[in-house]
Amino acid sequence: MNDHAQYNINEEPFYQAQSDEVELYEAAYAARLPVMVKGPTGCGKSRFIEYMAWKLGKPLITVACNEDMTASDLVGRYLLDANGTRWLDGPLTTAARIGAICYLDEVVEARQDTTVVIHPLTDHRRTLPLDKKGELIEAHADFQLVISYNPGYQSLMKDLKQSTKQRFTGFEFDYPSEATETTIVAKETGVDAELATKLVKIGATARNLKGHGLDEGISTRLLTYAATLIKGGIEPKAACRMALVRPITDDADIRVTLDHAIETIFA
Amino acid sequence: MSEETIVRSAKSEAYWQQLNCRFPAANKIFDACIVEAKSELSEEGVSSYIDNARFLGKMGRGVEPLLVYLEEAPTVATLVGEKVLPDIKDFAYFLSTNTNFKAIVPFLQSLAAVTRRLHSYEQLQQYFELLKKMIADTSGSVHGHHTTFPSPGLPFLLEQAPRLLSQLSLQGLSNWMDYGVRYYHTHPERQKDYFSLQAPDAVAVMQRERHGTLMVDHERQLDLYLRGLWQDGDYLVPYSLIFDELRKPMPYFDDYGIRLPDVYDDYNGVSGINRYRAVLAHIAAHRKWSSKMVVDNWSPFQRIAVEMFEDSRVEYLAMQQFPGLRKLFLALHPVPDEDDLSKTDMSLIRLRLALVSRAILDPEFKLKNDALKTFVDRFFATMGKGESSSPEMADIALSFIAKTRRQTDLSPNIYFDNTEVDYRDDNRHLWIYIEQGDEEEDTFEHLEDQQRDDVDTLPPRHYHEWDYSSQIYRPDWVSVYEAVQAAGNVRIVDGILEKHAALAKRLKAILDALKPQEKVRIRYQEEGSELDLDVAIRSLIDLKSGSQPDMRINMSHKNDGRDIAVMLVVDLSQSLNEKAAGSSQTILELSQEAVTLLAWTIDKLGDKFAIAGFNSDTRHDVRYSHIKGFSEKFDEQVKGRLAGMQAQYSTRMGAAMRHAAHYLEAQKADKKLMLVLTDGEPADIDVDDDQLLIQDTHQAVKELQQKGIYSYCINLDQKADEYVADIFGKQYTVIDHVDKLPEQLPKIFMALTK
Repeated sequence: MNDHAQYNINEEPFYQAQSDEVELYEAAYAARLPVMVKGPTGCGKSRFIEYMAWKLGKPLITVACNEDMTASDLVGRYLLDANGTRWLDGPLTTAARIGAICYLDEVVEARQDTTVVIHPLTDHRRTLPLDKKGELIEAHADFQLVISYNPGYQSLMKDLKQSTKQRFTGFEFDYPSEATETTIVAKETGVDAELATKLVKIGATARNLKGHGLDEGISTRLLTYAATLIKGGIEPKAACRMALVRPITDDADIRVTLDHAIETIFA
Repeated sequence: MSEETIVRSAKSEAYWQQLNCRFPAANKIFDACIVEAKSELSEEGVSSYIDNARFLGKMGRGVEPLLVYLEEAPTVATLVGEKVLPDIKDFAYFLSTNTNFKAIVPFLQSLAAVTRRLHSYEQLQQYFELLKKMIADTSGSVHGHHTTFPSPGLPFLLEQAPRLLSQLSLQGLSNWMDYGVRYYHTHPERQKDYFSLQAPDAVAVMQRERHGTLMVDHERQLDLYLRGLWQDGDYLVPYSLIFDELRKPMPYFDDYGIRLPDVYDDYNGVSGINRYRAVLAHIAAHRKWSSKMVVDNWSPFQRIAVEMFEDSRVEYLAMQQFPGLRKLFLALHPVPDEDDLSKTDMSLIRLRLALVSRAILDPEFKLKNDALKTFVDRFFATMGKGESSSPEMADIALSFIAKTRRQTDLSPNIYFDNTEVDYRDDNRHLWIYIEQGDEEEDTFEHLEDQQRDDVDTLPPRHYHEWDYSSQIYRPDWVSVYEAVQAAGNVRIVDGILEKHAALAKRLKAILDALKPQEKVRIRYQEEGSELDLDVAIRSLIDLKSGSQPDMRINMSHKNDGRDIAVMLVVDLSQSLNEKAAGSSQTILELSQEAVTLLAWTIDKLGDKFAIAGFNSDTRHDVRYSHIKGFSEKFDEQVKGRLAGMQAQYSTRMGAAMRHAAHYLEAQKADKKLMLVLTDGEPADIDVDDDQLLIQDTHQAVKELQQKGIYSYCINLDQKADEYVADIFGKQYTVIDHVDKLPEQLPKIFMALTK
């Protein structure tokens, strides 16, 4: 277990604060309160956590949750070994042992029985029972649990239980304001402000269509993709179609409308 | 008959002799006609013109064909060539000999207008052919009468021909005529309605055959455009351009939505859809930046000037946000001719405004007139300071009118060329009137409220019907009225369940086997939720004994649920009242039992299901009775409705299936199943062709399949083999012993969904 260093974040990730979320997070961490970040996809949730881990100087263990994920995938399981079976810690267990920030990304994707295993870690107990192994882990003093989820899915099946929700402090993220987003796109990719403004405007167009055939608008992440492509020498309209429109929709009407928006914005 | 002596030149006199005509009416107009003909036609042309006219004059159908020919023929000949002259005569003669002589005059009268639309001799020939075909199909004899009747629709068709061709290609016209001939050749009055464009389906078919971009086909795209780019949204209501040739309606918006033309052709390199977008961009810009102004004291001139400056302002602001709009606007905005400013006999107010508007829009467009230029500069100076406002534009506009006023502005002769900007709306939203005009106030308004009486039935839903012979859908052909089935005696249904208690017990056994097993264990997983001890120990033994161990020592669980939505559609036509062969019960009673048992079964299984009955009395009245909805429980109320089922009228199955499908479609389920229980083939009293409704139902089955709905027919007709496979393919069961139905139906269902 000497490879903890791999979880450290050595370089400062670029993060543009939208308001006072950095201070609030620091306060939550000081009290080791579990944190939940909500918001649409690609609005900077993961980047924020990464940045905070860097700022606080703590290792970060990220788990991308999926619907086939079981409790064992978080906690650990027995593997076959020459001497019988060997226990292998899961990422959550590792984080609790070494005092890392454990970030469960898109936690609603995981099955509900899976999310229950984090409960004892999130209240005053701060313990993780490994019932299969018969061990009770006391969480390291630096350990903190962070989960993210995207309320935009609006599926009845994909929601957190109240008992889970009420163990966290929450941050609500949204796409940044136009000005902030322009700065983000420009800084992240190095394109000029004018191009960034245009890209952000296309993003805003798509966000207006949310709920009218689009589940999610164009994310800040996609905008930076488009900017990167344009910076790489791709013709802007083609880059936008490739990075902003084609990924988010298969709906012909929406595609045509967004293509037209690109045409009118990049005249 | 008084012979007027008319003095004419020797040449004209020679032609008059050649015409050899005694009609005084012809004599009167002959001079004017011959002058026109001589100026437009060659020598041989004129000669041929006179020869053919002479023939028409002597055909024995009065003077009128001759007169119309004399007037119209030179125009037609100049448009497509002189060789058409004999053809016109031949066609008129053809009409004259085949009882359709009443159509000669409308034929000749509309010919010049028709030719203008068709442009070429070949196309005109095709038009003649179309007419001949239509005549052959619609004139006919009635059994027992020894005369042939003329085509009832022909004169009306000829009258409408220019208008039709302004909207349709020749192919479109042919399709449109085919439709009318096919459906109305046996019904003279309806045929007249159709060909005079009075019948609603005539307009609907015409709409379908039109060239250009139809709004209805792109409504969603336009809606998305408005939402996405403008964060605006409203009802988009099309208005028709067909019936307003002279008075061109303009787009506008009010409290009830945005009105747009129903169709746009491509224009000047701008596609139809982009023309719609240009209109919407203009309207959205108004909605975003314009404010209302009191106009009681403004003259009409002042108003149009205010409109123009305000239009330019909102477009200017819109183009700052979306620079690409300029390209659209530039292509659609007319380019007025500044040189015409020198005209002194007309009111040039529109021209001056259009010039300023163009100059504001188009940086390349340089004005020479200094007075106009000042206002363009003033506009840009104002806009340079910010968004400006509607009243500020009004100030500019009023001073524009004051400064550029001319004596001729009041002339009734108004200059219109290239001044109409057709993507702009009529700006009714800009005005507030303090005085409401002179009319009596709202005397009749209360009446309108009264007439809106409470309606307790749902409005009909219209469905297309497939016509296999022409391979097209008849638009909005069938009206389906949905109502809740009146309740009957619940005890009947409970009695059925009691009667079949033994069957129910057997079904229960099958059901238990089918019931979803919530959790299923999946073994042999490399990564699972739990260690599978049996496998783990076996692997360990393998490992210890030196052979390759199985690494898949974990197991996991998964949910194994059923996710099916079932719609049961029951035929409730008259024939169900007959006694089933070899049984003392009617088919209706047996169906009732079967449906009850099936409902009970599905209810026990826990699948989502709905029940509906249908019958029809012509296409105008397809009745769809709601028995159980997806969200309702199988309770007393539903049982009551099951008991209340009654059989009457006919079986228009396709429409009922389409209607049922729109409910089933909305259900969230992995599998969607529509069970159709019927005792015979689809038929209705207004359809003579047996195949028509069979093919339509087959088409409905295909449509359902595309929507992910599996349809399955349970047929009680012993002769069903003749047609049921044509409709449902292999998805059917024929039940020969109807009395076994109550037992069979739940079993079929379970076999289907296993």
